[in-house]
Amino acid sequence: MNETVHQEKISPTNGRSSTGKGLRTEEMVINMGPQHPSTHGVLRLEIVVDGEIIREVIPHLGYLHRCFEKHCEYMINYQQVVPYVDRLDYVASMNNEHAFVVAAERLLNIEIPERVHYIRIIMAELQRIASHLIAIGTFGIDMGAFTPFLHAFRDREKILDLFEMTCGARLLYNYMMIGGLSHDLPPQFIEKTKQFCVEFKQTLKEIDDLLNYNEIFIKRTANVGILPKDVAVNYACSGPMLRGSGVDWDLRRDDPYTLYDRFEWDVCIGKGENGTVGDVWNRHMVRQREMEQSVKIIEQAIVNIPEGDVKKAVPKRIRPVPGEIYSRTESPRGELGFYIVATDSLTPYRVKGRSPGFVNLSVINEISRGAMIADLVAIIGSTDIVLGEVDR
Amino acid sequence: MELINSILENTITQNVLNALVPLIFVLLYALVTLYMEMKLAAHMQDRVAYMHNGWHGTLQPFADMLKLLQKEDIIPSAANKILFVMAPYVVFVGTYASFAVLPFSSAYIGSSIDLGIFYLVAVSSLVVVGLLMSGWASNNKWSLFGSFRSAAQVISYEIPSVLAILAVVMIVGTMSLQGITEYQSGGIWNWLIFGGRLALWKKLLSIPFMIVLFIIYLVASMAEVNRTPFDLPEAESELVQGYNTEYSGMKFAIFYLAEYANLFIVSAVVVVLFFGGWSSPFGDFLNGPVWNAIWFITKGMLFVAINIWMRWTLPRIRVDQLMYVSWKVLTPFALFCVIVLGLLLVL
Repeated sequence: MNETVHQEKISPTNGRSSTGKGLRTEEMVINMGPQHPSTHGVLRLEIVVDGEIIREVIPHLGYLHRCFEKHCEYMINYQQVVPYVDRLDYVASMNNEHAFVVAAERLLNIEIPERVHYIRIIMAELQRIASHLIAIGTFGIDMGAFTPFLHAFRDREKILDLFEMTCGARLLYNYMMIGGLSHDLPPQFIEKTKQFCVEFKQTLKEIDDLLNYNEIFIKRTANVGILPKDVAVNYACSGPMLRGSGVDWDLRRDDPYTLYDRFEWDVCIGKGENGTVGDVWNRHMVRQREMEQSVKIIEQAIVNIPEGDVKKAVPKRIRPVPGEIYSRTESPRGELGFYIVATDSLTPYRVKGRSPGFVNLSVINEISRGAMIADLVAIIGSTDIVLGEVDR
Repeated sequence: MELINSILENTITQNVLNALVPLIFVLLYALVTLYMEMKLAAHMQDRVAYMHNGWHGTLQPFADMLKLLQKEDIIPSAANKILFVMAPYVVFVGTYASFAVLPFSSAYIGSSIDLGIFYLVAVSSLVVVGLLMSGWASNNKWSLFGSFRSAAQVISYEIPSVLAILAVVMIVGTMSLQGITEYQSGGIWNWLIFGGRLALWKKLLSIPFMIVLFIIYLVASMAEVNRTPFDLPEAESELVQGYNTEYSGMKFAIFYLAEYANLFIVSAVVVVLFFGGWSSPFGDFLNGPVWNAIWFITKGMLFVAINIWMRWTLPRIRVDQLMYVSWKVLTPFALFCVIVLGLLLVL
């Protein structure tokens, strides 16, 4: 429990302690970002520090605001929103597409072939692995370990190759369409995915050895930035952030969408193997273990995938019945929901994205008070924000 | 050294030439190490690093240096100009002056002074002054953080490292680096990591303590040269680039040069203190002034490589943990070892 000592020692004098007559230390305001290497994009944090100890963190957002929601109202049709959705969380585009497409289909009430569902789940889970690999790799960099990052990227590359094979794009796919998919799976896809699943288990072990159970890494992350269960729920945190705090909640299981209820897998929660439940290490390990579960889902989906046409159900012109819908899915970062209001027109009247990154970020001031600057970096890294999604 | 002195009559020319030898060595060594670091890191990370310029990218370090030479030399408008310009040179002078006492070979040492190791510790502390200057003069809060961290770090890690040095000095009875090396000549068994030339039972008893002291010195030296896992002063993910955030062009290059040179100095000190300096591991076999230099540089580079290996494997530790390691782990252990070795020598 040595690591928590520095958090408890803070005097209640609001950071101002006198060190003698006429001499006293003062708080300093530092600007972290938007061009800081470890704010994971253009996040700007105004931090008030007393020496190295943080008193306050004030996030300033909006450096990557692209008027996504307003843009959606000026599309020609619903399908045109999909490429915009890609660009929200640009390291997990497939999951974003999945979320929006599912929402739009619920609004339209159209029947989707099973094959489409299966392919979407495979894509979403592959993308989840890719996204978590980035999260884990960049978190390693935040902690000063550069090598795991490149090991993670090597395997992410294989996933991107699979995506490229399928739809030609490597980052922003525009793959899922309302009612179907833009392309069917290429011939060797199934075989290569199977091979990837086998190879990837080795990488998981490698990352465990190199990073997760490294003594220094545990020292740096265990008992840091503890997010208690109640705080996590009160701030509406979701995804690994929530599960890291020990809340057993995963939308894929608890509010199943598409065909997720057909697969056998476990929801990973922080177990407090090192440190306390809800600290940075446990949050990080939730991601690590979720990758294993994603592999499990992919392996099941790839075997049971039915035959069929993936474009059959795509309607040419989408004119939904006036109404509204909120549909939520589990993206790698948490609950990604879309609220769509439809009028009797070809374009949505209003689209609101509920991005997990934005909500998860809001808790940062709460959990990093009293930590050190190096801990703040760890906390931001473990929040795994993508600014494209936070700012939209 | 005698060679140079015998050719030239003029003392000033002699001294200048003597001083140039380490400079040439540092420049060449920095290029080699830069290349070595990039290649080693790359192979650890499943990449190949640079491959285009020259055979396997061997010319890339030169290209990097040329690029840095061409870069615009920016001085921030709110910076303290005098300190800002001086800082890299102070850092480099501190490093470069240490080369004066490194015994490269039985025939070459810049200056074989009696207080060699003492001088080396004193002079390399000058680096801290330069780092503090650079951080303060940059007028950048992140740089300031970096320089304060480095001051705290270097000063606290000097204590365990000096204690380790003290143990060696106690055994050998001299502070001259050349003297320490000569003491260890005559084969691998005479190296201080194996207890030097003590009587056999003392030697066997002292080996574990010498190994502990060696590890303490290695860890402390890593902290002193600000390498991962102790690279807090320039912790990229926390402090942007630390004290040298605002530097560009050649000033930045000089910081880098000093860092690499420092890396060699601490490695060389490890070699001199524990691994026989320039002496051959095979007694008189492969022993001679030239062979000595080869042995010294090879052993030094081996420890440089170990440093690089560590850097690309381990994460970075936190400031409070850094202090904890120094004051509560390394220093007590080093003190204990020194006391035990002292008793052993008295008996």
